[in-house]
Amino acid sequence: MSHEAALHNHEGHESHGHDDHGHHEHHDTFLTKYVFSQDHKMIAKQFLITGMVWAVLGGLMSVLFRLQLGYPDSSFPWLESLLGKWAKGGQITPAAYYALVTTHGTVLVFFVLTAGLSGTFANFLIPLQIGARDMASPFMNMLSYWFFFTASMIMLSSLFVETGPFSGGWTAYPPLSALHDASPGSKTGMDLWLISMALFVVSSLLGGLNYIATILNMRTKGMTMTRLPLTIWALFFTAVLGVLSFPVLLSGLILLIFDRNFGTSFYLSDIFVNGVGALSNEGGSAILYQHLFWFLGHPEVYIILLPALGMVSEIISVNSRKPIFGYMAMLGSLFSIAILAFLVWAHHMFVTGLNPFLGSVFVLLTLLIAIPSGIKVFNWLTTLWRGNIRFTPGMLFAIGFVSLFISGGLTGIWLGNAALDIYLHDSYFVVAHFHIVMGVASMFGMFAGVYHWYPKMYGRYLNNSLGYLHFWITFAGAYLIFWPMHYQGLAGMPRRYFDFSIWESFKQFADLNRFISTVAMIVFATQILFLINFFYSIFKGRKVTVLNPWEANTLEWTTPIRPGHGNWPGEIPEVHRWPYDYSKDGHDFIPQNTPVGEDESSTH
Amino acid sequence: MSLILSVTIIVFIYVVIFQIAKASEYVSVLKGEEASRQQNNKINGFLMVTFLVLGFVGIYVCNKVYYGKTQLAQGAASIQGEKVDEMLFITLIVTGIVFVITQILLFWFAYKYQEDKNRKAFFFTHSTKLELLWTAIPAIALTVLVVFGLRNWFFFTSEAPKNALVVEVTGKQFGWIFRYPGKDAVFGKKYYKNIDPATNSVGIVWDDTYSKDDILTEQTMYVVKGKPIKLILGSRDVIHDVGLTHFRLKMDAVPGIPTTMWFTPIYTTKEMREKTGNPNFSYEISCDQICGNGHYSMKGIIEVVDQEEYDMWMAKQKPQYFTAFPEKDPTAVPVAAADTTAKVTTAKM
Repeated sequence: MSHEAALHNHEGHESHGHDDHGHHEHHDTFLTKYVFSQDHKMIAKQFLITGMVWAVLGGLMSVLFRLQLGYPDSSFPWLESLLGKWAKGGQITPAAYYALVTTHGTVLVFFVLTAGLSGTFANFLIPLQIGARDMASPFMNMLSYWFFFTASMIMLSSLFVETGPFSGGWTAYPPLSALHDASPGSKTGMDLWLISMALFVVSSLLGGLNYIATILNMRTKGMTMTRLPLTIWALFFTAVLGVLSFPVLLSGLILLIFDRNFGTSFYLSDIFVNGVGALSNEGGSAILYQHLFWFLGHPEVYIILLPALGMVSEIISVNSRKPIFGYMAMLGSLFSIAILAFLVWAHHMFVTGLNPFLGSVFVLLTLLIAIPSGIKVFNWLTTLWRGNIRFTPGMLFAIGFVSLFISGGLTGIWLGNAALDIYLHDSYFVVAHFHIVMGVASMFGMFAGVYHWYPKMYGRYLNNSLGYLHFWITFAGAYLIFWPMHYQGLAGMPRRYFDFSIWESFKQFADLNRFISTVAMIVFATQILFLINFFYSIFKGRKVTVLNPWEANTLEWTTPIRPGHGNWPGEIPEVHRWPYDYSKDGHDFIPQNTPVGEDESSTH
Repeated sequence: MSLILSVTIIVFIYVVIFQIAKASEYVSVLKGEEASRQQNNKINGFLMVTFLVLGFVGIYVCNKVYYGKTQLAQGAASIQGEKVDEMLFITLIVTGIVFVITQILLFWFAYKYQEDKNRKAFFFTHSTKLELLWTAIPAIALTVLVVFGLRNWFFFTSEAPKNALVVEVTGKQFGWIFRYPGKDAVFGKKYYKNIDPATNSVGIVWDDTYSKDDILTEQTMYVVKGKPIKLILGSRDVIHDVGLTHFRLKMDAVPGIPTTMWFTPIYTTKEMREKTGNPNFSYEISCDQICGNGHYSMKGIIEVVDQEEYDMWMAKQKPQYFTAFPEKDPTAVPVAAADTTAKVTTAKM
């Protein structure tokens, strides 16, 4: 579909200059408009809503296993009605617990915070903010979503397998994940997990290549790279990270498939399985998988975080009515985070028996990340300083993000230091750290993005009061859940334990576990409020009546309130300035497509 | 019935919240965008500063309630652990200062600079001086942490002292096996295909003369207070991890790739019971790498005793060789002739 054609179609013009066949195709049927859509905005919504469905399922899983952790001695008959043999007598079995923990991790990391976050906002914002009618390849873009959808369905189906879904942790370390007899979850569940992940990698590559090509080639006139909003820069680095690291994960997974099914020994050596006996595999290295996994796994953390960093920068600037402080420093720090993301993977492996010298190099490189992260935090603070802040729900989530990013980032300095990791590794301290900095913070970035761009997505507003309620409960809840976990970690409590009652060293936190579980349920219930708000407002929300409701500078607000396929009904606007001219020369804001005035001061 | 009731109540609560939110939206439309924005700014600005204050109160309370339950309050039980704790406190102070300053600035700025019609935001795009400042200061602080950290790291991962007691630890689903080298202080060779869960749980090669006095125990390991212990770790099946919370160390046990760790315990189990006031205290080995459905129950015990008690315990141990081949045991009661067939089958393995 050519962009011109799409454009004319939406304007209702006669189709001049292209043949009837082409015109005919542009009559949107339900199927081409909502299902196999090639419009980046619709694909973005597909990613968002699929991501939301997974977030609800993944969140529900965490509620279920938190129920076990908080109330290990109670039985809930309704659980047995829900889960059947996985909750015999109303109590979750260890097998179910590990399956839930594993699926929660996989789903939240990959399906929600990768596909749901960058899939949504890269698709939605890249063409709109750089001034393009669509992605470089709308068809590939559509494929990207449908590969993700297929991966989703396969992952979902693994929940219903008789031996259960994979249950060896989202990192799927072999030999546990490689040996059918090591765990019931490592049977069919793991096969489905592997197929699903392989398809997910394909989806992510199709999307990522498209994002990169679009950003590099399809910027409108005047949109130089240094006039790009920071959202686009962040999404660009995200895509680069994904394209360079996901193939490595795929190779690791393929070797795992070979070990599982075809008798190779890439990861297997010297193994005696209870009830089976000695296996013939010799000479493999279980640690090799961890290198391959974390070569993606660490950049993956930034794939999750960078889009949030970008959107938060944009939203804070708009709502502080101030330019983002230190645009070039923000850009430089994004760039150095992206580079360092590839050079720190072994900090997940300090206690695998890694060569201590190699470990020391990874300590150094890991702690280096604190510098660009610090720059970002101080720059956000300076952006707020002497601003004129409007607390929209999007802005609140952006401020919440900064707070969580600080809290979770600082504990990264603890864990990145091998001499502390040797104690804290795989304890609740780690759980607290990555949930705050990667899980909740990125989720906040996503919420900020949804609240901020919802008017552009649906032409309606979300309900403000529900937004505020959603923010404050979630924000307080996030801290109440994860802050005390640091103390559990400092008591050495290992993560992924079904029950602590047999441990003299760890059983002192029964009350705290109950408290955390209760808060987790309240926070989960609050997310339902958000869902109600989201879906109700699509149809019945307050209508947007002005083009630029937040009085922002970026190009997406120059499109019609409900832009059609092709985004701008006329010419694509030309860009004359960077996106952050807020409160300049006495003007509250100067959109990017406004030509530079004659007597305008020349800052930036 | 109660399920239906509670679902009804929950739905009802959602409906009420939703209706109130709808109503407040109508009110704000009536009031006009400007006025309602001002009101929202006021409320949320106030909540920002409230959150800051309550947050710090919460941190204080949390620390008061839970610090005593952490390992830090109890103190480390090895010389390595003491260094870890010391480093924890240094890192806590450095990151704590940054935490307090940045969080206060964040919420205070949010409160102070909430929208005011009479004020113009300050057009401030960048300042090289400021940016250099907050690049340089973290860099210096991090250098200090890296230097401390690496010094400790190289100490923790250094070669164990020559006089160290060496014990081999093997993880399996879901328990721990310990092997002592016996009198000759050398482990016999092992090969995983020799594993027999009943008599030879780690696959010792009996042809190796060094293997004859090797001692195998399960679940509990004895070590000596004040004497360095070197552990050689391995696994029989999947990856496990030897987590020694009280000694502040952990290391993976990987099938096919031996790893090592060493530490010097400074309190016996008995002393630790007195120190913690907990008569049930024991040094627990927790598996810290997910290893299957029994992961959470994969417990081992380290008994730290003094040299005398250790010697007494050791004297009672019988080499595994004699368990595998009872007829070769010189101390055993002479075996009946009827056992010969059994002996032959075992010997063939």
